[in-house]
Amino acid sequence: MKTNRWTDCGNWVLDRFPLTKFWNEHMAHYYAPKNFNFWYFFGSLALLVLVNQFVTGILLTMNYKPDAKLAFDSVEYIMREVHWGWLIRYMHSTGASAFFIVIYLHMFRGLLYGSFKQPRELIWIFGMLLFVALMAEAFMGYLLPWGQMSYWGAQVIISLFSAIPVVGEELSLWIRGDYVVSDATLNRFFAFHVIAVPLVLVLLVLLHIIALHEVGSNNPDGIDIKKHKDANGIPLDGIPFHPYYTVKDLVGYAVFMFFFAVVIFYMPELGGFFLEHANFIPADPLKTPEHIAPVWYFTPFYAILRAVPDKFAGVIAMGGSIVVLFLLPWLDRSEVRSIRYRGGIYKKALLLFVISFIGLGYLGTQPATPSATAVARVLTAIYFGFFLLMPIYTRWEKTKPVPDRLTEQPSLEDRIPDLVETFNEVTVKTEGKSGLFSRKLNYQGLSAVSIRFLKRIKGSLD
Amino acid sequence: MKRLLNTLILLSLPFGVFAGGGVKLQSADFDLSDKSSLQRGAKHFVTYCLGCHSAKHIRYLRIALDFDIEKDKVLKDIAPEGANIYDKMNSAMNAHDAEKWFGIMPPDLSLISRSRGPDWLYSYLKGFYSDSSKPLGVNNVVFPDVGMPNVLWQLQGEQKPVFKKDGDQQVIDKLVTEIPGQLPEKDFDRMINDLVNFLVYVGEPGQLERRSMGKYVLFFIFMIFILAYLLKREYWKDIH
Repeated sequence: MKTNRWTDCGNWVLDRFPLTKFWNEHMAHYYAPKNFNFWYFFGSLALLVLVNQFVTGILLTMNYKPDAKLAFDSVEYIMREVHWGWLIRYMHSTGASAFFIVIYLHMFRGLLYGSFKQPRELIWIFGMLLFVALMAEAFMGYLLPWGQMSYWGAQVIISLFSAIPVVGEELSLWIRGDYVVSDATLNRFFAFHVIAVPLVLVLLVLLHIIALHEVGSNNPDGIDIKKHKDANGIPLDGIPFHPYYTVKDLVGYAVFMFFFAVVIFYMPELGGFFLEHANFIPADPLKTPEHIAPVWYFTPFYAILRAVPDKFAGVIAMGGSIVVLFLLPWLDRSEVRSIRYRGGIYKKALLLFVISFIGLGYLGTQPATPSATAVARVLTAIYFGFFLLMPIYTRWEKTKPVPDRLTEQPSLEDRIPDLVETFNEVTVKTEGKSGLFSRKLNYQGLSAVSIRFLKRIKGSLD
Repeated sequence: MKRLLNTLILLSLPFGVFAGGGVKLQSADFDLSDKSSLQRGAKHFVTYCLGCHSAKHIRYLRIALDFDIEKDKVLKDIAPEGANIYDKMNSAMNAHDAEKWFGIMPPDLSLISRSRGPDWLYSYLKGFYSDSSKPLGVNNVVFPDVGMPNVLWQLQGEQKPVFKKDGDQQVIDKLVTEIPGQLPEKDFDRMINDLVNFLVYVGEPGQLERRSMGKYVLFFIFMIFILAYLLKREYWKDIH
């Protein structure tokens, strides 16, 4: 029979390759906690963005010329004359920023629910290596359009290596392959951007996921679901990743793609944040732009660099701001993982950390005035304080009792009536029009709701 | 509360502003869907700008296709004499002469609207004023010590600055017409807007297509979202 022949073909492969085992281990029989919330979308979204960067990156490579004389014009050639070139280029440039948004939220999830804590330290380490590789990938990719910001951004960052005592000058010369950023630099950055670093990224993603599936996923309650198993050894609070989380992540993919498409089709430069205005001027080694700012995802670290008066100390501080993240699993001495059962001090510290990170990110985009530098110094102190004081403030924090099993939380669907009510409270109906646009903002309601919201946040900080 | 909101708004202001010379920019009034304005802008560009500035990333053919006009009409009305429809908008000036005459090769203007922004271009083109201390006799409010003469002076006339005191320094408050030009101010403004419109178009010729396509893509993704959501709800209905 015909159908049997196809089955035989399939079985021929399966007899020789552990596809079923692989599928079951990582998808169909991988039991994940059933209470993943909003924050748990970003891991699989990062995978989506990675695939997007690979596909669009390969297509871009077909028309891009890694040559200082041709690079800038070849990007414009892609934008104007290659069929759908503009779409591919915007998908790639927006994808780069989207990658960092997704990864920052993914890492923040780890801070919220203690996903880096024992036994998941290695997952965190692999994740941090991924983050560093991603920063290298983004930094080198940003040189390729060969615009003014590409050029001078690379010039500034590479010259940081020259601040290292003794070997600094030689080292930065070795990285650039020339005394200034030049064609040689562009060529090697291209090689790293399209081959070397992507290979490292793929390898690290595999290690990250294998390590995760070895110990199992954490969850918003931060408790171990493997403690309660049924007769078959399946966690009572676990559900198979496939199909439950594959279909759920599909919803997340659709929502993400919606916002992604809004940026691509309506605001690809995003006001100069995703594509900087000065990068539409070809690189000119003789003309320094009046204000050099890295792309937004590097600005928190750039602000830390500028906050320190001494150049070498600044480089150390910038490197240190990433190194401390690696140490996180050992800095946190708290008994519990999830923020739900942690003491108020950690919540306040985390809030301060978020404020300092966003504040540094903002200051990094701005010219360094004396007052801005003073603020950046305070925020840098908070940034490091969050990590370096952690062994002290987490050891004595008053934690709440951790439940035995996963807790029920209202899902987004359950919250819809509440959200509708809030919407009715902050808006007021106007005459004449119908539908959603008939409602105008009601400032009284808005302030009442925001005060309630702030009180709730304040209450939840205890 | 209100003060807090104001502070937040003020803090968010510096985001995304184009680098300028400290003078408040006038806002350009352009419409990319206005094809006759684009056509006029292209004509002005070739007449007044192309002598020194190229726009090497756009071809006359693309202009014909995007503006819905005949190729012959583009060659007759817009392109300089002798241009081929497949030619890019190249300038006749070479770098050697340019450096001798102006000290610098005038920049290619294909992407000027994306690096400077339409309002800057509008303010720049309207911002020339007489300044006898400069080699070309003119200066510019948004681009101090500019190396370009006011090419449109016959049309615009000559402007002189009115100063005001800001602390100890004299700063330019506004420009007033000293000698009227050939065009009334309204017509001149329209001409500058047409030029800016064309330059914004040249910055990214595909941008109209991109925006008009967006809604279909978003609708399609929204449909996927509904399907995915229904699928998720179906699978998850027995998970409690």
